[in-house]
Amino acid sequence: MAEAVLKIFRGTSEGGATAEYRVPVAPGMVVLDALHHVQKHAAPDLAVRWNCKAGKCGSCSAEVNGRPRLTCKTRMDSLPQDQAITILPMKSFPVIKDLVTDVSWNYKVNKKIPPFTPRPGADWKFSQADIDRVQEFRKCIECFLCQNVCHVVRDHGKQEQFGGPRFFVRVAGLEMHPLDGLSRTKLLKDELGIGFCNITKCCTEVCPEGIHITDNAIIPLKERVVDDFYDPVLRLVRKIRGAGKAADH
Amino acid sequence: MASVGDARLADAPREAWWPQVLPVVLVLSAFGVYATFRAFEGAFYEWGPYLSPFYSPLIDAHHHYWPFSPALLILGGPLGFRVTCYYYRKAYYRAFFLDPPACSVAERPGRHYSGETKFPFILQNAHRYFLYLAVVFLAFLWHDAVRGFFFGDGMGVGVGSVVLLVNVILLTLYLFSCHSLRHLAGGKLDCFSCTTFGCPRHSTWRGLSVLNERHMLFAWLSLFSVGFADFYVRLVSSGAIRDPRLL
Repeated sequence: MAEAVLKIFRGTSEGGATAEYRVPVAPGMVVLDALHHVQKHAAPDLAVRWNCKAGKCGSCSAEVNGRPRLTCKTRMDSLPQDQAITILPMKSFPVIKDLVTDVSWNYKVNKKIPPFTPRPGADWKFSQADIDRVQEFRKCIECFLCQNVCHVVRDHGKQEQFGGPRFFVRVAGLEMHPLDGLSRTKLLKDELGIGFCNITKCCTEVCPEGIHITDNAIIPLKERVVDDFYDPVLRLVRKIRGAGKAADH
Repeated sequence: MASVGDARLADAPREAWWPQVLPVVLVLSAFGVYATFRAFEGAFYEWGPYLSPFYSPLIDAHHHYWPFSPALLILGGPLGFRVTCYYYRKAYYRAFFLDPPACSVAERPGRHYSGETKFPFILQNAHRYFLYLAVVFLAFLWHDAVRGFFFGDGMGVGVGSVVLLVNVILLTLYLFSCHSLRHLAGGKLDCFSCTTFGCPRHSTWRGLSVLNERHMLFAWLSLFSVGFADFYVRLVSSGAIRDPRLL
């Protein structure tokens, strides 16, 4: 049976280093299988967060050979067999132990977003055409690979000013909902810092659910922010309409 | 936010970023140099029924009011449309600003980053205004492409006619796959079924979304075609080659 060499980060936020483990490679094996083999046979104290092993719980995110991935969806035979496979915790979040990171920042961002708020007197029926866009966003499994790979967080540490792709997807799902009556463009501009996103599409590249994060969520939200804050003609139209409505009353 | 830091990534294989960035740098730089040269050249932009897309619409060709190349009067429109285009932004932020060079490749440390929140990049928000201008330019280019089939001796088809037609088709696809257009056509609506003209707007938005998925492809193809169309007109106009008549 073929053997793979894994270089796995061992340590905490205080420091650490990679340790090498040899793992037999079976057909169809994924990186998470290899990590379980290491846990069972060589390092029972190896910390790995996982749950479903089916690409749906979003728990087993890590950086495999330098690329953010779900370890349960990364087949061993998709990686070069002639060199060691490096498995590191997600770079953008503090390490708790080994491959387990503290992703609580994401939950703090989530709390900033006002939940679904139906329009007063909304008719609770809508057509499929109205909800197609939102259904794409509901595929998100919150693996936070997009948050991890986004250079605004990863390289520039803008966690305080920036929401990150995952939460732009969530806001897009609410903003485009046919029954929601709340505008979150000010939140996007001021608190979630959508202007920091320079649409380099890394979030889309790593999304295991294939959500078109940049094209279908972030750019449409940027356009909505332009509508409300950067388009002088639309601003004028809104003023005239507002004056008209006020005169009618 | 504290993390173990870059030290733990020392062992990670680095994603090869040069192969992704280099072609973009080369093509955009080459196009920039060629387009600048042609914009200032102010000659060889017209032959028979053909007009170079760099000079369309042709304004004050006889220098009554504008002493410089007529291209300089108009190129700001198409240039602004491309510079603020959502696809090209991705391309040049990665290739020229290395911001980031590739998804898992770290940027140079210590750089101040404000994204598109401050001048000059906050001006990217004007993309829709360049879109409106681009629609006007496209109308002129369609006029030029049709005119390219009408020679002095009647209707015909030259290689140049085909070049100009293919160019304007690709430019149309590029414009119609624009993210801003998709937003304005219907993307901005929350509820298609409860808005006046919601149904046709949904169909339009859906059609534009199909094109939008190929926006990058059309961005590159139209860049090549517009450069080639100008180059072809220049060759014919300068007498370097003869325009073969196909029909």
